[in-house]
Amino acid sequence: MSAEMQFLVSGLTIGAIYALAALGFTLIYNASGVINFAQGEFIMIGGMLTAVLSGLGLPLWLALVLAVAGAALVGMLLQRLALDRARGAPVVSLVIITIGASIFLRGLAQLLWGKQFRPLPAFSGEQPLHLLGATLVPQTLWVMGVSALLMLALGLFFSRTLSGKAVLATAINAAAARLSGIDTRSVLLACFALSAALGAIGGALIAPITAASYEMGLMLGIKGFVAAVLGGLGVSAGAVAGGLLLGVAETLAAGYLSSAYKDAVAFALIFVVLFFLPNGLFGQRASERV
Amino acid sequence: MKLLDSRYGGLLLLAAGLLLLPWLAGNAYLLDVANRIAINAIIAVGLNLLIGYAGQISLGHAGFLGLGAYASAILCGSYDWPAWLALLSAAAGVALLAFLVARPILRLKGHYLAMATLGLGMIVSLVLSNESALTGGPDGMAVPGLVLFGWEPQGERAWYWIFATLLLLAIWLAQNLIDSPLGRALRAVHGSEVAARVAGVDTTACKVQVFVISAVFAAIAGSLSAHYTGFVTPGQASFLHSVELVTMVVIGGMASTYGAVLGAALMTLLPQLLSGLEDYEMLVFGLILMVSMIVLPQGLLPGLRGWLQTRRAA
Repeated sequence: MSAEMQFLVSGLTIGAIYALAALGFTLIYNASGVINFAQGEFIMIGGMLTAVLSGLGLPLWLALVLAVAGAALVGMLLQRLALDRARGAPVVSLVIITIGASIFLRGLAQLLWGKQFRPLPAFSGEQPLHLLGATLVPQTLWVMGVSALLMLALGLFFSRTLSGKAVLATAINAAAARLSGIDTRSVLLACFALSAALGAIGGALIAPITAASYEMGLMLGIKGFVAAVLGGLGVSAGAVAGGLLLGVAETLAAGYLSSAYKDAVAFALIFVVLFFLPNGLFGQRASERV
Repeated sequence: MKLLDSRYGGLLLLAAGLLLLPWLAGNAYLLDVANRIAINAIIAVGLNLLIGYAGQISLGHAGFLGLGAYASAILCGSYDWPAWLALLSAAAGVALLAFLVARPILRLKGHYLAMATLGLGMIVSLVLSNESALTGGPDGMAVPGLVLFGWEPQGERAWYWIFATLLLLAIWLAQNLIDSPLGRALRAVHGSEVAARVAGVDTTACKVQVFVISAVFAAIAGSLSAHYTGFVTPGQASFLHSVELVTMVVIGGMASTYGAVLGAALMTLLPQLLSGLEDYEMLVFGLILMVSMIVLPQGLLPGLRGWLQTRRAA
């Protein structure tokens, strides 16, 4: 029992980070139709900036707030300075712009903070806890708790607030949203900020477990994309389910099959799922307009 | 411009340029850069058939390139196969793999397709770096030189003629394909898949064919480049390399064979030119990528062509 429990807990921990990244992909995809390959760099900025600032002696909460604000600012700059200027370009060109942005941000991080790993102390000590036969570090509780709260808040934001509904309306039909008086350009900007903030919080949460480095966003970003597609691109609940499923599948495979092929599980899984469900687990079957 | 538009004019022009190049830039370093450009250009021309003409994205083509490279490395290095047989087997093996995965993959659309091809490339690259006994693991492995029926190309110049010839052949094949019924069908698929199907085009078969062709282009280029550089690493099959290949096609100009060649040249030259910048290399590279796509979202060659036309009209 205890081994399964252990895998489940670590799987849900990393899965929560994937889910946050996947939500970021979903937000931007819904608002603009673009897969933002710089999503992983938001995670990196969150982790690195928190680690660097707390290393300078800032209290952890302040470092975290500044890091998330910094990532949100980068997200908004990416939207305004790059993607907004290429409005009307083919989607592939927009995707290449986000790839350029991700290389740029990785290069910037390497220049500013070097190539070494940056440790970040755990939020509330390292004393392991015992729960239902599993041993876990307190940080995993932080990861799962904060992620769950964020997802709940996001759900309430979309269903209960006018701004949230404006985002949904823009995602469903941008032209109609504009006609009903929604400032879709601001909505787009807000989506980038929100998506960057989500990623950055994920990065800061996971940094005490994995340590932060300028390269940490690459794999986490790709896994977030896998999670988003797994759940059905554009469906928020699907993104969360996809992230958690991916995290658990990966840890189980690492535990029972082979740790070397842990990363391959994500891609094998996506293959199998897309083979049977071409629109992911929860994606709607879209009809094509001719 | 008219010369470039006709079917063989551009090819003749490029052939003349390729013939003159060794006399203009004769030193080994420049020829080596030219060879690397030609290798990438062959892959980009093939990939452009898939992305530019059929409108299907692949984020896993470096996987096919890696399979070609490692097949040659393993078959020639560990099993002493003749190079030509290893190269043909690699091409045939990759063609078979591409054919088998193409049907389920190409049913998918847009970003789902991107995801599936990304996954395929990732799995290939993970296998190459983990099966150390066979592939040498993350450190890569050495590849014996190319021996073709007793002849072994020595030095950059000999290789230059091989790559230049193959590049011209690749362009000629691509252009013939574009002008063939398959090429027209592909453009119809790009325009609207449903409309193409209604008009009687077997869209799945078309997409599978062009996917296999572009994979084989990558595998052959991979095999030869493995012999040329004498070394293979799993990095050649990585996601980043796949992204680089797609970037070549998009930045040069989609649905333009010479655009793909131009894109390959730029993406090969840029890191060479930026290598002096050391720590700033990634930063500047990313910036150039972003700015060029913002300024010329249709790609360089179509962008320049449009600019020239508006100037002439004015």
